[in-house]
Amino acid sequence: MPAPLIEMRGISKSFGAVVANEAVDLSVAPGEILGLLGENGAGKTTLMNVLFGAYAPDAGEILVQGRPVTINSSADALAAGIGMVHQHFHLAPRLSVLENLLIGIPGKSGRIDRAGGLARLREIGRQHGLTLDPDLPVSALSIGEQQRLEIVKALFRGARLLILDEPTAVLAPTEVDGLFSALRSMAAQGLGIIFISHKLNEVRALTHRCVVLRHGRVTGRVDTPASTTSSDMARLMCGHEIVPPARGPSTPGAPVLILDGISTSRHSGMALRDVSLSVRAGEILGIAGVSGNGQRALAEVISGVLAPDAGRMTIAGKMVSRFSPRGVQALGLGRIPEDRMTTGVVTNLPLADSMVLPRIGTAAFSRNGLLRPDAIRAFAEAQIKAYDIRCPGPMTRAGALSGGNLQKALLARELAFDPKVLIVSQPTRGLDIGAARFIHEKFLDMRARGCGIIVIGEDLEELLMLCDRIAVMYEGRIVGTLDSAAATVARLGLMMTGAEGHG
Amino acid sequence: MSVVLEQIFQVGFLAAIIRIATPLAFATLGEMFSERAGVLNLGIEGIMLLSAMTGFTATSLSGSLWLGVLAAVLTGALMGAVHALFTVALGLSQHVCGIGVTLFSSGLAYFLYRLIFGQQSVPPSIKSFETLPIPVLSDIPVLGPAVFNQFSLVYMAMAAVPLAAFVLYRTPWGLSVRMVGENPRAADSAGVSVIATRFQAVILGGALMGLAGAFLSMVQFNAFTFGLVSGRGWVAIALVVFGRWDPWRSAGAALLFAFVDALQLRMQASGLGHIPYEAFLMLPFIFTIVAMAVMSRNAVAPSALLKPFRREER
Repeated sequence: MPAPLIEMRGISKSFGAVVANEAVDLSVAPGEILGLLGENGAGKTTLMNVLFGAYAPDAGEILVQGRPVTINSSADALAAGIGMVHQHFHLAPRLSVLENLLIGIPGKSGRIDRAGGLARLREIGRQHGLTLDPDLPVSALSIGEQQRLEIVKALFRGARLLILDEPTAVLAPTEVDGLFSALRSMAAQGLGIIFISHKLNEVRALTHRCVVLRHGRVTGRVDTPASTTSSDMARLMCGHEIVPPARGPSTPGAPVLILDGISTSRHSGMALRDVSLSVRAGEILGIAGVSGNGQRALAEVISGVLAPDAGRMTIAGKMVSRFSPRGVQALGLGRIPEDRMTTGVVTNLPLADSMVLPRIGTAAFSRNGLLRPDAIRAFAEAQIKAYDIRCPGPMTRAGALSGGNLQKALLARELAFDPKVLIVSQPTRGLDIGAARFIHEKFLDMRARGCGIIVIGEDLEELLMLCDRIAVMYEGRIVGTLDSAAATVARLGLMMTGAEGHG
Repeated sequence: MSVVLEQIFQVGFLAAIIRIATPLAFATLGEMFSERAGVLNLGIEGIMLLSAMTGFTATSLSGSLWLGVLAAVLTGALMGAVHALFTVALGLSQHVCGIGVTLFSSGLAYFLYRLIFGQQSVPPSIKSFETLPIPVLSDIPVLGPAVFNQFSLVYMAMAAVPLAAFVLYRTPWGLSVRMVGENPRAADSAGVSVIATRFQAVILGGALMGLAGAFLSMVQFNAFTFGLVSGRGWVAIALVVFGRWDPWRSAGAALLFAFVDALQLRMQASGLGHIPYEAFLMLPFIFTIVAMAVMSRNAVAPSALLKPFRREER
């Protein structure tokens, strides 16, 4: 085995009372793809930010090719040959691809070295199959292309070790294949790669070796990820066995939500065209489809945000006459929005405020036009306890919570009021196994208690596991509905492309 | 109206536009650099006034016009550094600090002026710059005497526009400025110091605002008076938006505003005397508001404008 490219020894880092990393050892050899596996909040990102110079470690040392180095800034990290592709891209959308590449690169006789940059970009494109149009503004690139740009940016700066933080979270399945082959080619040419993920199958498919973190500590090292079972790795990651929840049989009752011929116009995404569907009590209906085929408009109509131009909607036997979030909520609808951070909570306000926000004016939380802070706090505290939401307390800034905890909070805020119908979009996007498992169990609980649930999602495996029936959307229409017993990923995938009319 | 139109293409009128546009162009370019780096500088009005005062004073005391210009530029740069200290290094509110800088600089300007010159019945004045005709070019009919028989500071403003565009779009530093104004985290992770780049841009911006002040007290009025700047700084802020944070467009916006201003001056002087002159005075500002409303709808500000950058933020 060649000498390690990078070695981290005994790295510890705390933020106040929270220990993010404790005595972590890790090394990467040239040509090696190392998986860094762990649940959200396990300390993966913090560890890599220490390596990239964003945080100074409290203890421990970093060695680059055997020599100890101090990395205080990303400039130091780049100089040491370490490049990082962050989860949230560090790009300026309005500047061109080339400008984003050349930032921080010294010019030639006082000018930006455009010719040199272009040559280098072509060379990297040839070497690793990573091609990009240099003059397009970044905003015109797809998410996959933006990620490619981030990788090229690191290589452009001569990185010999590349850190990728959850790179597949934002990609479509076909894009993941492209990324993996590029990473394999880079490793074959002697680069070291650290691949951060909580997706076991990806780590098993891609990495040569894998380090598992839990609560900031290394809980396992797997030398042969490909031949280690997922459940073994999951145990290292979560500390206990993970069994997918079983959806038992149910006896659906009367329809609790009926959409009849709903059409919308002028929607920023895809408008709805004559959508009819119904969800019965005790039933989970999945809405599958490639993102951008009207799912957002559907969620907005059902949550009362968007009024349809035509069609009728009935919640629990009552027709919705005026579309408003409050109106549909009063009829018994609960809603968990797609984007937790922007439409779910107010990130800069205390968590407690966000947890009562949809019902802030009701008697439970206000009296005579004044808020009842004690009641709000008590409610939030009770939910935090009941749902095991990990946070310092109800007055914590909502934006400081991890995705999984935030999703739990949003779930708690709806379920506390026993909705007759629940609509959720992308319920477990970005969540780790444990948190996703928790969310799934809650849905199945609600189903057993007679709630009708609509799950809009892109993860077909998840929909097949959760849902009784799955409807497929294509270009604003429902093109077919399948019983999940009869549905397969392949069949749904075909319907999602509009190829098959009726199931 | 035909009287007005006739006057538009007179040499004097064109020359007036250029003269009115010059301080606006300096100020607008200065504000633009600052904002491109993500820092709104509402201190512009006060910085212009204080620089006008120090420039005037330095010239008045030394007799050297260029020493005065230097004093004004240094004053502007210094006040830019003060603004950057609060907004960039300490990350305080750009609005509050900017207004603070304007109030402080204006007060300081009046105070120092009184301290140095006392209260005089006839305000002191200086011998201003002379016009500097450029050989050959100044012989072009109409355009020549209007554009190429101007003060050296006017030529500097003309040169400043392409220079600013070159610096902003063609140099690594300019790219850093644009990057820290769009996504400071991206610049930081590429090894560019966000703090240093913003400091430099705000200081450069302040220096340009200083030049604008110098032009007012040393070319346009040959004296320092309390109402010297009279809103030109605020106008420059609007012109930056109107010019969509681009040097060429910003300079164009300054010219357009100067055109309307020169026009209203002519209209005041011409036969439309039955209308109160205040109505004409309003014209450029009404124009600014209308132009902003119409033209700035799809103008997109630098993404990180007003947002302080702190590195270790979770």
